Amino acid sequence: MMDFTNYNNRNVSADYKYIEIDETPTLWSDKFKRVMKRTFKGELFVGLWVVFREMIKRGNSHTILYPLEKLPISPRYRALHEIKRLVESGNQACIGCGLCEKICIANCIQIDTKYGSKGRKVVRGYTINLGRCIYCGYCAEVCPELAITHGQDYENVSEQRAHFTSMSELVTPMDIFKAGKQEQYPGFGALSDNADDNVKKTPLAY
Amino acid sequence: MEVSYIIETIIKIIVILTVFSALAGITTYFERKVLAFMQRRLGPTHVGPVGLLQVAADGIKLFTKEDIVPQNAVKPIFMIAPVIAAASAFIAMAAVPFLPEFTIPFTDYVVRPIVSDINVGVLFVMGVMATGMYAPLLAGMASNNKWSLLGAARTVIQILSFEVITGLSLIAPLMMVGSLSLIDINNYQDGFWLVVFQPVAFVMFMIAGYAETNRTPFDLLEHEAEIITGYATEYSGIRWGLFAIGEYANMFTVAFVTALVFLGGFNDLWFIPGGIAIILKVIAIIFFFMWVRAAWPHVRPDQIMWLCWKVLMPLALVNILITGLVIMAI
Repeated sequence: MMDFTNYNNRNVSADYKYIEIDETPTLWSDKFKRVMKRTFKGELFVGLWVVFREMIKRGNSHTILYPLEKLPISPRYRALHEIKRLVESGNQACIGCGLCEKICIANCIQIDTKYGSKGRKVVRGYTINLGRCIYCGYCAEVCPELAITHGQDYENVSEQRAHFTSMSELVTPMDIFKAGKQEQYPGFGALSDNADDNVKKTPLAY
Repeated sequence: MEVSYIIETIIKIIVILTVFSALAGITTYFERKVLAFMQRRLGPTHVGPVGLLQVAADGIKLFTKEDIVPQNAVKPIFMIAPVIAAASAFIAMAAVPFLPEFTIPFTDYVVRPIVSDINVGVLFVMGVMATGMYAPLLAGMASNNKWSLLGAARTVIQILSFEVITGLSLIAPLMMVGSLSLIDINNYQDGFWLVVFQPVAFVMFMIAGYAETNRTPFDLLEHEAEIITGYATEYSGIRWGLFAIGEYANMFTVAFVTALVFLGGFNDLWFIPGGIAIILKVIAIIFFFMWVRAAWPHVRPDQIMWLCWKVLMPLALVNILITGLVIMAI
């Protein structure tokens, strides 16, 4: 028999305490007492002091001056898609399987493939309607080749819808790739750091 | 009536209008800054040095915006309501002495910085400021918008509440002075402040002043969390700007009247000359307006009625009674 005690305990922690709310007074004298208590408790002046204290502190602002300052974002943040290149050959890692197109719940991915000269499938066109994309991350999660990932670039604003579709902007540019600066795994759908340790031999090797 | 007197009065009026219109804008800047620092923000920073030109940017924006009158609004009343707000705020200043008398340098021409020294100054100021409540009332009724209508209803609640207190809280100090003229009240306080003898009246007058200017603990009319902007929901551009100018001008009037009646007015304070003393007092009161706005929550409409009628009015009557007894005994 399973013990559900821990599951039924809704308290956040052991020192969780309930705030006791006073009963609404009915007697005239009790009401008067409550008014007096509230009037002379000084809570209003505590409030005044708190805001004044915050005002006179130096360097107390929590404002991020956004275009000039930026907060670091999580490595798992799902911003603009990236399509990776294979480290060995520099070809696009996408094999044109079309899983991302199938799983996309916003129907924003369109993938067009053909048979290449060597009889292999090659990607002819790959568009993501970024204006329609909801950045759920399913495409990155389903991709068997880790070809499509989510990057960190969230400042993708444009006046033209046409700017939100082209694959050429998503694929790692060749110069960055050649400089060895393609960051392969930090985005969404990434392999874990100890991925190599988790690799098991395929049955053929036994 | 002399020509020079008329010219002098017109110049005074123009000076007061321009100075307080400008001050309304500048005060919005300082209010935003003070509120921001109290809430750990920065406030306006980008336009001009430390955001000082934000006032100009906002002004240009307000004054060049399209003037929109909603389709089913009562057009003439909708259009005249903001004018009432601004006009009543400035008319109330007619009986307020802003500074002590001074002579224009290099001449022996004495200027009294008051437009009209009428012998019922306080009564006039309070009456005209209360008339200003017609502006949100009419604006809300004419806007054809449910939020505006609720704002108008709350205006009535507010005026019914604070109007009791303004009068009754002022009676006690006025009994001591024996005059309604703000100059007489000021001259009476030579060397001491009336707030020392009338602390209860002072607190009540401040509460009534906050309610009268729709400032935060009592800004039921706007109360953006509940009724969008209340009476001003349908207003934009220059008409909304007139409401804002009216509100800030009212703040200054209340600050000046409080300083004159309770805080020693423009009498010299130790080594500080009277003219600077009253400006410092007014700045302190205006700062307190902003401070309270940053710190305190709003009250509900029923709470303000409860507070004014059930708590402050009996308190004011007791205050008057005790003051009367003491005056008779002395």
